[in-house]
Amino acid sequence: MVGKGIIKGMVETARNFLGSYVSKQRLTTIQYPEERAPQIEAARNFPFLVFDGTDAEQGLRCVACQICEKECPPKCIFIEKSKDKKPDATGKMQFYPATFNIDISVCMSCQICVEVCPFDSIKMDVVYDLSNNDRFAGLLLHKQQLAKSNEYYNTIHPTEAAAVDAHFAEERAKAAARVKAAAEAKLAAEAKAATDAKAKSETTLADTQAQPVGGGTR
Amino acid sequence: MSDATNLTAQIDINTIPALGKEQLLELAMGPQHPSTHGVFRMNVVLDGERVMKLKPVFGYLHRNHEKIAESETYLGSMPYTDRLDYICSITNNWAYAIAVEKLAGIEVPERAEYLRVITGELTRLQNHACLLGFLMQDMGASGTPLMYAFREREKIMDLFEGLTGARMMCNYLRFGGCRVDTPAGWMDAARKVVAEFPRFLDEYENLLVGNEILMDRTQEVGILSKELAINAGISGPMARASGVDYDIRKVDHYSIYDRFNFRIPLGERGDVYDRYMIRFLEMRESIKILEQAMRDIPDGPIVDPKTKIRGFRPKPGEAYGRIESPKGELGFYLVSDGALNPYRYRVRPPSLINLTVLEDLCIGQNVADVVVILGSIDIVLGEVDR
Ligand code: SF4
Ligand code: SF4
Repeated sequence: MVGKGIIKGMVETARNFLGSYVSKQRLTTIQYPEERAPQIEAARNFPFLVFDGTDAEQGLRCVACQICEKECPPKCIFIEKSKDKKPDATGKMQFYPATFNIDISVCMSCQICVEVCPFDSIKMDVVYDLSNNDRFAGLLLHKQQLAKSNEYYNTIHPTEAAAVDAHFAEERAKAAARVKAAAEAKLAAEAKAATDAKAKSETTLADTQAQPVGGGTR
Repeated sequence: MSDATNLTAQIDINTIPALGKEQLLELAMGPQHPSTHGVFRMNVVLDGERVMKLKPVFGYLHRNHEKIAESETYLGSMPYTDRLDYICSITNNWAYAIAVEKLAGIEVPERAEYLRVITGELTRLQNHACLLGFLMQDMGASGTPLMYAFREREKIMDLFEGLTGARMMCNYLRFGGCRVDTPAGWMDAARKVVAEFPRFLDEYENLLVGNEILMDRTQEVGILSKELAINAGISGPMARASGVDYDIRKVDHYSIYDRFNFRIPLGERGDVYDRYMIRFLEMRESIKILEQAMRDIPDGPIVDPKTKIRGFRPKPGEAYGRIESPKGELGFYLVSDGALNPYRYRVRPPSLINLTVLEDLCIGQNVADVVVILGSIDIVLGEVDR
């Protein structure tokens, strides 16, 4: 019968239409600005800079090594290194970025900057709704806009952030251990030097009775 | 740009014999026409409704992909490959990764191969589903079939977002593996999507396959003969619809495709209807592959630990890596001179090469069929123009 195929198709459309009243699975659209789909954890949009603690300037993890600037495929990161140094996340004295700009009108959200950063300081954000009527300045994000706290990072990418935090804790423990070991080594060295000196002075004393005590410590 | 001068420059209307006493009419279809799947122009010469000559004009979306890649690091080109055929970003990554891996002699761990197959076949499902929707749209079934196709694509894009972070521009593969492992629960979600997919296919078949209008519009339209398909270097579903038994997954045995049990559907007549049906059948085969891959996927590392992200310099040499992308043979040809960036980088885009037979398919057809024939070739202008 001519038209059988068309009727079959119509039945299918009707099933979908009526089904959307009873089955959630058939109702696939959501009313966007009022209703939003749940955020997927792995989602990425544009990069941001992570800082520890409360002070965005002091806690910034970025050490201005400029690796991300070099590796970014469309070259949309601009960094200027500072002249002075400040302590970084593990307490080591490091440079920091005096300027850090990302032009998000050029950025293609590829995540390569995140992959190459050796200091876990640049991460992908999940914000959207970024429309702006200033096409140039409005889309050029500065350090102040880019810096976001570690707590924020933990809320948007919990699994990833936990791994980073664990890594940092390990690094800090290692650094602390290093400091402690260095202190111990210094103490031991001093003690050894003292005993050596004593032994030496004793030997010298024994050898040449005329030498004054403590002569060989230098 | 003046269209009129361009037209006369390309087609000399006086050389075409008119059929009757009618006047020949030159017409520019596109570039701003929704049926051209992007910015693509066809200069057609019509005798009444009949197409006498057709000249494709492309390049509107040229973005200098190859030259940019020659000044980028090897990894830096990976996100650009996403933007070739923006519906199938992962298969583009894959072809490029295979070329670089050949060039540098990198091995891929087992689990990464499985992940590549899973994401690659999901990409195929997504591409074919979209194509069917667009084809219906081209035939005038506006809205409904495309919306159903996009509903399915949405589920696959959600999976991609969960795994790679992006819905379309996944940038997922790395040389020697994949970027990230599957997060908790992802594989179950993927299994669910794959298990539900056949229902969509059945629904879609009900909706359209027996439809008399569709049959009238597609059967015996735009016939591509087997000889022409072979001679013109056509690949992918389009060649197979003409009966050419050529699928790189079976020919090259690349990755781990020889472990899976699947068949290659072939068409008989090579008309639009065959090209349409072949995609249905391919989706069913892809589901088979996906089920097997998801059942067998082992644990283990996902990337070869020896490969470097920064400062990656393959030794001097050349390599051509190709895969069966959803649209056909997608290949990357790379020449390395030992520097950080490739000396030469060349893409063999399936869409462009499949598009070369457009005129042969369209001559003698009606104007309205041109749109359908173009749709059945399955082009993405991002890949044609690069
Ligand atoms: S996400 Fe990609 S494009 Fe954007 S800043 Fe990072 S490296 Fe550059
Ligand atoms: S974000 Fe990371 S890679 Fe970029 S300059 Fe700062 S520390 Fe270096």
